[in-house]
Amino acid sequence: MSLQSEVDIRDVSVRFGNVQVLEKLNLKIAPSEFIVLLGPSGCGKSTLLNAIAGLLDVSDGQMWIGGRNVTWEEPKDRGIAMVFQSYALYPRMSVKKNMSFGLEVAGTPRAEIEARVAEAAQMLKLTPLLERKPAALSGGQRQRVAIGRALVRKVGVYLFDEPLSNLDAQLRAELRVEIKRLHARLGATMIYVTHDQIEALTLADRIAVMQGGVIQQLAAPKDIYRRPVNRFVASFVGSPAMNFIAGRVEAGLFFHAGDYRIPLAGYAFAGAPAAGAATLGIRPEHVLAGHEAGPDAIAAKVEMVEPMGADTLIWSRLPDGASLSIRHAADAAVREGDTLPVSFPADALSVFDDTPAGARL
Amino acid sequence: MASPRMSSRASAYSALLPAFIVLAVVYIGSTVWTMWMSLTGSRMLPNNNFVGLRNYEILFSNDRWITSVHNLAFFGVLFVAISLALGFLLAVAIDQKVRSEDSWRSVYLYPYSMSFVVTGLVWQWLLNPTLGIQKLVRDMGFETFTFDWIAHAETVLYCLVIAGVWHAAGLVMAIMLAGLRGVDEDIWKAARVDGLPTWRVYASVVTPMLGASFATAGVLLSTSVVRLYDLSVAMTRGGPGIASEVPAKFVMDHLFERANISLATAAATSMLITVIAVVAPYMYWRTRVAARGRA
Ligand SMILES: Nc1ncnc2c1ncn2[C@@H]1O[C@H](COP(=O)(O)OP(=O)(O)OP(=O)(O)O)[C@@H](O)[C@H]1O
Ligand SMILES: [Mg+2]
Repeated sequence: MSLQSEVDIRDVSVRFGNVQVLEKLNLKIAPSEFIVLLGPSGCGKSTLLNAIAGLLDVSDGQMWIGGRNVTWEEPKDRGIAMVFQSYALYPRMSVKKNMSFGLEVAGTPRAEIEARVAEAAQMLKLTPLLERKPAALSGGQRQRVAIGRALVRKVGVYLFDEPLSNLDAQLRAELRVEIKRLHARLGATMIYVTHDQIEALTLADRIAVMQGGVIQQLAAPKDIYRRPVNRFVASFVGSPAMNFIAGRVEAGLFFHAGDYRIPLAGYAFAGAPAAGAATLGIRPEHVLAGHEAGPDAIAAKVEMVEPMGADTLIWSRLPDGASLSIRHAADAAVREGDTLPVSFPADALSVFDDTPAGARL
Repeated sequence: MASPRMSSRASAYSALLPAFIVLAVVYIGSTVWTMWMSLTGSRMLPNNNFVGLRNYEILFSNDRWITSVHNLAFFGVLFVAISLALGFLLAVAIDQKVRSEDSWRSVYLYPYSMSFVVTGLVWQWLLNPTLGIQKLVRDMGFETFTFDWIAHAETVLYCLVIAGVWHAAGLVMAIMLAGLRGVDEDIWKAARVDGLPTWRVYASVVTPMLGASFATAGVLLSTSVVRLYDLSVAMTRGGPGIASEVPAKFVMDHLFERANISLATAAATSMLITVIAVVAPYMYWRTRVAARGRA
C-alpha cells in the first residue's frame, strides 16, 4: 500500500483581498519525504497547506501533485488527505462511520471499505472504539480517528495542520512517535505544519522554516540546527535560544566584541570572509566552560543557575555586557557570582552580517 | 467568614422574595383557581357549587370545542413543520456567504417584530378575494384567477398557517443560522477533502449537529401554537362558520361573551393538561440525556 507522490509548488502566491500572504513560493517535495513547515503564528503555514489541499484558491502559480497539475482541481481529486488541529470529526457519526463515510459517498465497494477501515483501525489501535461517538473519546483518541479518516483514503500525500497542538505534552510525545512509525510503514509523502520545534526536529526529513510567507531555509533538521542561514532561523530554532553577540569580523579572522576577541580560524565562511560589523551566534550547549575553556578563555560572570535535571543552564554575562546562556553538565559546581572561563569553538559558531535579515557569513 | 456569606445569602433571598410571591400568587394561584372553577357551576360570576366533572362532559360533547381542538392540532403540525423547514432552508441559503447578509437577516426577521394582530390583519387583507392577491392578479388581466382559500371552510386553516409561517420563519432562520455558524470551519474543510457534496454535508453532518437549535425553535413555535388566538380573531373571527375556531378563542369567548366561567375554565384546564402531558415526558427525556452526557 505504498502510494507516493511528489509535490511541486511552483511560484504560488496567495492573496486575501489585498493582503499578500504567500508570494511566489517554490517548494519541491520528493516522494515519500516527510516535510515539516515550521514558523511562528501567522507566517502562512496553514495557508500553504490549504493551498496544497485545494481548500483555497491560489492567486498565481501552479500546484503539481504526483506529476499532475492539480492547481484547479477539487481537494478530493488531488490525491491528498488532511488531518486538522481541531480533529474536525463528524460529531454525530461513530468512529467507524467517520472513517467510512467519505468512501461510501464516493461509491467505494462495501468490502473494500470494510477492509480499509479495519486496517486503519488496527494500525491506530482504534479497533475497540469503532462503535463510539467522538464525544466519548479522549483528545488523543479523537486525533487518531482523524488520522484514520485520512488513512482510509489511501492517497500519496498526507497533510497535517498542527495535529498535536490540542493535546497535553505526554500524549503529544506518544502520537508523535506513532506518526513517525506510520510514515515509515506507509512510505507516503507527508507535509506537517507545526510551530513546535521538537516535533519539527524529530519528525522531519527536511524542515521548511517560514517567516512572513517566505521559506527562509529548507534543509535537514541537523543543518537547520547547526547551520541556520540567517538570524531569524537561528533564533527561532533551539531552546533555550542561540546566544547572539554583536561585534566585528576582523582581518586575521577574529571576532572582536567589547575588549575581547574570539578566534574564527576553522569557521566555514560561506563566501570570502570580509571585515565588518557582524553578529556572532552560539548555542548554549556549544559553549565550552570551566576547565574545558582552554587558555584563551573569556571571563563570564555567572548571574543565575537553573538546574534542569539532565543538565544545568547557566545565565551569565560577558565583559561587554552581552548575555550568554550556557548548557553545562548537571554536576557543575557553579554558583551565582562566580567568574566562569568560557570559549567558543569555531566550528560550532554562526556568524551573521549586520543587514536586517542577518544572513549567514 | 461565615456570617457575611449568610447575610449575603439572606439578602439574595429577600431580593428574590417579591418574585417568588408573584410567582406563587399569580401563576400557581391562578392556575389552581382556574382548575377549581372548572369543577363548579359558575356562570357569569364565580361561585363555589361543586358539580364534579359535569363541565368536562359538556365540553367534550360541544362541537365547537371539538372542532377547535382539531383545528389547533392541524394548524400546529403544519405550522411547526413548515416553519422549521422553511426557516432552516432560509438559514442555509444565507449561510452561503451571500452578499449583504445583514440586510437579508433583517428582512426575514422583520415579520417577527410584528404582533399577531397586525400580521393577521395584513394577511386578512392580502387573502381577501375582493381586495388582495386575487384582485391584484385579476387586474393584471388573468380574469379567471381564483385565490379565495380564506372564504372556504375546508381551506381557511391553510390561510392561518401561511400567516403564521410568514410570522415565524424568520425567527427560526435566526436560530438555525446561529447554529450553522457554530459549526467548526474545519469540519467543512474535512468534508471537502472527503469529497462530500455540499447538500450531503448539510444532510448528514450539519443537520444532526443542530439538534439543540431545532429543539429551541420547536419549543418556541409550539408555545405560539398553544397560545394561538389573535391570528384567528384578526384574520377570520373563527369563520367561516366555526371552521377556524381555536381553543384559546373558545376560552375567551365563553369567559367574556357567553358568561360561562365554568365551561371556559374547563377548556383552559384541558389545554393545560394536554400541554403538561406532552411536555413532561420531553423534560424527563432531556434530564435523562443531560445526566447521561455528564456521566
Ligand atoms: N481568510 C483570511 N482573510 C484574510 N487574511 C487571512 C485569512 N486567513 C489567513 N489570513 C492571514 O494570513 C496570514 C497567515 O495565516 P495562516 O493561518 O496561514 O498562519 P499560520 O502560519 O497557520 O499561523 P498559526 O500558527 O497561528 O496557525 C495571517 O497573517 C492571517 O492573518
Ligand atoms: Mg495555522
